[in-house]
Amino acid sequence: MTAIAQRAAPPKRSDRRRMLITPEGIALPITLASRSTRLGALVLDLGIMVVALLLTTFILGYGAVRFAGDALGAKGGMNADQKGAVQFLLIAWLVLVWLTRYAYFLLFELGPRGATPGKRITGIRIAARSGGRLTAEMVLARNLLRDIELFLPLQLLITAQTSDGTDYTGLMAGLWFLLFALFPFFNRDRLRAGDLIAGTWVIEAPKRKLEAVLSTGQTASRGTSQTTGVSYKFADEELAVYGEFELQTLERVLRENRHEGLVAVHEAICLKIGWSPGAGDERAFLEAYYTQLRARLETGMRMGKRKADKFG
Amino acid sequence: MAVFGLFGGKAGEGDAAIEAAALRSDRFRQVREGDWTRLEAIVRRMEAGRTRKLSDDDVLALPALYRTVASSLSVARETSLDAATLAYLEGLVQRAWFQVYGPRVTLWGWLRRFFGGEWSRAVRAIWPELSVSLLLMVAGAVVGWLLVASDPDWYFSLVPGDFLDVRVPGASREVLRGTLFDGAKQDGLSIFATYLFSHNAGIAILCFALGFAFGVPPLLMLIQNTATLGAMLWLFHSQGLTVEFVGWLSIHGTTELLAILLAGGAGLHVGRSMAFPGKRSLLEAAAEAGQRAAVVMAGVVLMLVCAGLLEGLGRQLIEVTAARYAIGYGMLTFWLLYFFAFRRNPQGSEAA
Repeated sequence: MTAIAQRAAPPKRSDRRRMLITPEGIALPITLASRSTRLGALVLDLGIMVVALLLTTFILGYGAVRFAGDALGAKGGMNADQKGAVQFLLIAWLVLVWLTRYAYFLLFELGPRGATPGKRITGIRIAARSGGRLTAEMVLARNLLRDIELFLPLQLLITAQTSDGTDYTGLMAGLWFLLFALFPFFNRDRLRAGDLIAGTWVIEAPKRKLEAVLSTGQTASRGTSQTTGVSYKFADEELAVYGEFELQTLERVLRENRHEGLVAVHEAICLKIGWSPGAGDERAFLEAYYTQLRARLETGMRMGKRKADKFG
Repeated sequence: MAVFGLFGGKAGEGDAAIEAAALRSDRFRQVREGDWTRLEAIVRRMEAGRTRKLSDDDVLALPALYRTVASSLSVARETSLDAATLAYLEGLVQRAWFQVYGPRVTLWGWLRRFFGGEWSRAVRAIWPELSVSLLLMVAGAVVGWLLVASDPDWYFSLVPGDFLDVRVPGASREVLRGTLFDGAKQDGLSIFATYLFSHNAGIAILCFALGFAFGVPPLLMLIQNTATLGAMLWLFHSQGLTVEFVGWLSIHGTTELLAILLAGGAGLHVGRSMAFPGKRSLLEAAAEAGQRAAVVMAGVVLMLVCAGLLEGLGRQLIEVTAARYAIGYGMLTFWLLYFFAFRRNPQGSEAA
């Protein structure tokens, strides 16, 4: 049972936790983005780029046909004006392809969110590894490297596909691609080659709402249940059995507010402190217990005494 | 009420206190919540790119609010066990931190700083690598020349040409001369220029990016590129077309070769810093060199735009050798003066 429970537990995030010290000297915990999230972001970005390119190609192609379509079948071919217009469209297309390749990542990562649309959707962003300011130079460097990590081997792979199979270009391109694709697996901070050169890393962008205060209700503040009118008062030794870890578990259960969870935790606490568990008033009981346990632990905290968990 | 000893007063105040939190740490939060939500609203608007729509009050309040919330976080860490509030504060401070210390440059501001001295400073900073790549390029050209001079068959392995290319050993003077001056007959010059630019920019970026592999690939690329040049120079020299060939090459080549020189130097710089990081850690050294090299590379791409225009348009339209020389070396003088004589420290610069 224990083994199953451990296997079912959510993956540990501890190996992705890092501390960032702001210039004010405040330590901020940050979480590095997981490799799969980053891959997902990249796939999204590439998808967006391909769709955008196809759209512009279609629009420009349509424009070219509109300008010169009637001349294509005619005997004299295109006149000078039409030729110029088609040339202009072709140049615009070449420039757009080039810009998509090099400027898409650059411009988005320089923005206030420090993330491309793909990164934004997956909830990650880039940051300076040093904890300092993210500069334009860093963004530039990490995206110049993206070219040899991704676009060049892909280009080689595609051209190798169309040629006859006698040379090893495809194999080389594959190896090249793998070398850089596996790079994030061989360093602690999951840096890709571009991150290494630029001094950046990719972290999870925090997006948390301010949750409600748990200790305002009548039950919480006075220990009195609104449904039954019972007052819950816990003695010091009844509160002393738990520490901060259990308090946080209890907080999570209260915020999730799922009936089965409340019942289970209610029963567990009652058994632990030797009360006989009743039914129907679990939330009031837990709110009162949470508030009083937190008051006790926070008082201890101010006195310099902390209790990490029930074993502490 | 034993556990409420500290809060006994509050609980005794009657109905007025019901809405107030029972815990001191929650009351601490209730008092400051207004600041937190205000900061969150400002940060959210900034993240959405609507900085201009912020009122002056909000803009002025941002740094102060950031510090207030940061200190709230410090206090909460010492006094509160409300995990959700702590996580919220950590996230909020981090988001605000990104806005307060984020890349707050406009494109215009960055360009001004870039042209106003940062680019030339970065170029000067990598001068040892530039000397090395200059040496390599000259050596490559000499080797190419010597190889082809000793055995013309080398030409075919050094110059990547297609079967239709008439520029091969044994070609007559007239044919070779034709390749230098037949531009006006070509069509679609501007497309050609755009294509050349994206092609060359790709090569230069490759040259820089491969510096990552401890600088060895850029060395080889520099040598290989100029060996081609040396071989072609030999070919045209053998038919007495040296002056014309150099003119044909110089009009855009001075800019293009200089750009490739810079790209190779930037690649070498990154490679050298990683191979010999000195007292810094490998990661620090790589990041510092990488950022400096990235500035150089941004300039290289711009130079290649110039070179592409000169090659695609200028070379085909200007068919007088003297004019080609004048443009080519005028550009070279301009670049060199800009890089090495123009020493103004950019204001508000960040990168070292």
